[in-house]
Amino acid sequence: MARVLVGVKRVIDYAVKIRVKPDKSGVVTEGVKHSMNPFDEIAVEEAVKMKEKKLATEVVAVSCGPSQAQETLRTALAMGADRAIHVEVPAGDYETLQPIHISKILAKIAQDEKVDIVILGKQAIDDDSNQTAQMTAGVLDWPQATFASKVEKKDSELHVTREIDGGLENIKVKLPAVLSADLRLNEPRYATLPNIMKAKKKPLKKVTPKDLGVDISPRIQVISVEDPPVRQAGSIVPDVDTLVSKLKEKGHC
Amino acid sequence: MRRATSNLCANLWHSSSFRPANYSSHAALTKDRYKVQRGKYASLTDKDVRVFEEIVGKTRILTDDADVEAYNVDWLRSVRGFSKCVLKPKTTEEVSAILKYCNERVLAVCPQGGNTGLAGGSNPVFDEVVISTSLMNNILEFDSLSGVLSCQAGCVLEQLETFLLEQGHMMPLDLGAKGSCQIGGNVSTNAGGLRLVRYGSLHGNVLGIEAVLANGEIVNCMSKMKKDNTGYHLKHLFIGSEGTLGFVTKVAIQCPVNPKSINVALLGLESYDKVLEILKTSRRDLGEILSSCEMMDLDALKVVEENLKLRIPIKECPFYILIETSGSNSNHDEEKLALFLENALDKKVVLDGTQASEPSRIKQIFELRERIAEALLMDGFLYTYDFSLKPVDFYSIVPALREHLKNLPNVLRVNGFGHFGDGNLHLNVTSKEYSKEILNTIEPFVYEWVSKVGGSVSAEHGIGFKKTGAVKFSKTPQAIKLMQQMKGVMDPNGILNPYKVLPL
Ligand SMILES: Cc1cc2nc3c(=O)[nH]c(=O)nc-3n(C[C@H](O)[C@H](O)[C@H](O)COP(=O)(O)OP(=O)(O)OC[C@H]3O[C@@H](n4cnc5c(N)ncnc54)[C@H](O)[C@@H]3O)c2cc1C
Ligand SMILES: Cc1cc2nc3c(=O)[nH]c(=O)nc-3n(C[C@H](O)[C@H](O)[C@H](O)COP(=O)(O)OP(=O)(O)OC[C@H]3O[C@@H](n4cnc5c(N)ncnc54)[C@H](O)[C@@H]3O)c2cc1C
Repeated sequence: MARVLVGVKRVIDYAVKIRVKPDKSGVVTEGVKHSMNPFDEIAVEEAVKMKEKKLATEVVAVSCGPSQAQETLRTALAMGADRAIHVEVPAGDYETLQPIHISKILAKIAQDEKVDIVILGKQAIDDDSNQTAQMTAGVLDWPQATFASKVEKKDSELHVTREIDGGLENIKVKLPAVLSADLRLNEPRYATLPNIMKAKKKPLKKVTPKDLGVDISPRIQVISVEDPPVRQAGSIVPDVDTLVSKLKEKGHC
Repeated sequence: MRRATSNLCANLWHSSSFRPANYSSHAALTKDRYKVQRGKYASLTDKDVRVFEEIVGKTRILTDDADVEAYNVDWLRSVRGFSKCVLKPKTTEEVSAILKYCNERVLAVCPQGGNTGLAGGSNPVFDEVVISTSLMNNILEFDSLSGVLSCQAGCVLEQLETFLLEQGHMMPLDLGAKGSCQIGGNVSTNAGGLRLVRYGSLHGNVLGIEAVLANGEIVNCMSKMKKDNTGYHLKHLFIGSEGTLGFVTKVAIQCPVNPKSINVALLGLESYDKVLEILKTSRRDLGEILSSCEMMDLDALKVVEENLKLRIPIKECPFYILIETSGSNSNHDEEKLALFLENALDKKVVLDGTQASEPSRIKQIFELRERIAEALLMDGFLYTYDFSLKPVDFYSIVPALREHLKNLPNVLRVNGFGHFGDGNLHLNVTSKEYSKEILNTIEPFVYEWVSKVGGSVSAEHGIGFKKTGAVKFSKTPQAIKLMQQMKGVMDPNGILNPYKVLPL
């Protein structure tokens, strides 16, 4: 039986239009609706499923960020996590928090909490870094099974199907291990009302990176954040011949 | 990696501009299916087409059968006309010139917006010339202080909503067909929809209308003032008259400020009594933040699961209620909603439920309600009714109709859903193909039922072509006579959308 740690990140909801701040220092987050990173929902679902199948004893959810990260943790608890750890990072510091910092934090918690499996989303839809699971495994020196689309536990091993370019790869990893969840791993559940109520009473512990001995001083400097170039307006051509010649002109056929 | 992210979004983002892909019944011609007589109108000649070409130019007239086809058939595929000509004016003056000519020639016309109407009003019955507003899609003005938007009739509802969101406002109406329906069509059908419970009907929200009369005269009532008591309120004649009294070309509409905080809850209930209890408690405990109160029975929700593969996120219950709150302070709203939900759970009024404040989740939950009509249509043929009923009578007609139809083996489903907060039930029956026997068993049974309990046989979808025989179940002969007299004054040649609204 295993203890599972899942990472959940609060990101701008994907149905919200992203706006760049006028001073180009980042994107506007204030007054903007956030939700749990969709790949992290998949990670939570997988962990909760493991618990339901009696493959795991406990599911612990972690989120790093300012106080609003607790909303995301409550969602994880309502989905079925047993307890939560909020790693408090003030909004100012959070802007330069990078996967390297998060992976050190997660690695430390994984050791402190004596977990056997860490499940993270394969990437967060805001930064699209796709690094945290890999680096967490690196810091811990544990095996990793990234882009998982199927996970089965057999004795002290996990059989994992990975989504790779052009197909699927089946691998075995020994526990303890780090997984990252891909889109097709499962369909995350909705938190139901009775569970939302119960989640309010589940334990949520607060720690700081300092408590964990992790230095979060910035490794990068954001120089400028810009909108992608605006798509050029289309034009209507009178007939197929003109279309074909225009496409040829631009080297499309 | 990137591809997976965009897949995710594509899967979860439903484009509301849709047309169901699989339908088995190819609609028969209206004139044959419903046995109507053509009125004494002129028939389209080559000369007429040349005149139209002069008015709108060669590129904005469709005469090819394949091009005209889509305009002849309704969204439900229940009526089919055989018009030979579709005109796409861009300006009020063009509409005026078209109507003036048609009136002189006594050529019948059919105004068409997004063609999402559910009563067969937007399609020709015979060979009426279709006048489509699709290219009249300019937003004219938005006053951010008064919140008044003015635009041309052909603006798609979703286009207006997107524009307004940028300005911090929103449309006072929202409906499942928003990706296709146009404001001119909405006004002409007096569309209700999901927000009416909070923001009221278009008779209140539409401040001004510009319309063209049958003889081509332009009536400019484009007031942008909330209050305007100068003389008779002519704009109300165009709201809900389904293109039979005039052609709407411009609309001024008041648009509320976009609420900062929106929450949605989907609740499962074990009986209709509990549904009534939720109606009472939601009004009492959510009060001014309640902005939608929709109901669906299990059978209606099952349709989106079976035909569209959407997931029902909570356990199976006989009834579901979808509640939306909108307000200006999320802490205030969430506290209110949480208390309301806790009470409902404690008192066992609600069996199960889920709640969301994230836009992506809200969208997914609303889809369950908004896509029922689309899903029902995928069964093959849909007989759909739109009634206003008192809360006590709201649901009893569904089991009664189910019982009434039980000996007809071709009936696939009988279910009910609707804008519960407004007492507006959508009653539905489906079969693989159109069946006259089923239709004749449903009607007039359902109309008589509704009339007996003092309801309305058309709450928000209008009368169109298909329900003209039902008007008498909700209006007295005197009222109908006055309607006919008004039609006579405004359209003496009867060229505007004939065979619609008034009893034939
Ligand atoms: C102190 C004061 C304050 C006011 N404040 C406001 C205000 O805040 N907002 C506002 O809108 N108005 C205001 N008004 C004016 C307002 O129009 C009237 O007070 C009220 O609406 C008219 O009602 P009434 O019964 O007195 O009608 P009357 O004055 O008797 O009649 C008004 C008109 O309606 C007709 N009429 C009356 N009854 C009928 C009927 N049953 N069928 C057909 N026609 C009928 C009459 O022939 C007449 O043309 C105010 C007036 C006063 C004196
Ligand atoms: C999935 C779905 C969900 C729906 N949900 C709702 C709902 O919640 N509430 C509701 O009330 N309705 C609903 N409807 C029906 C609703 O009436 C229409 O969707 C909409 O209001 C019609 O707009 P349209 O532009 O498609 O008009 P059309 O269908 O093109 O036309 C409707 C009628 O108006 C006339 N008309 C159109 N434009 C003009 C004009 N410029 N001047 C004069 N006459 C004109 C037509 O001749 C016709 O009689 C729904 C329909 C669908 C398919």
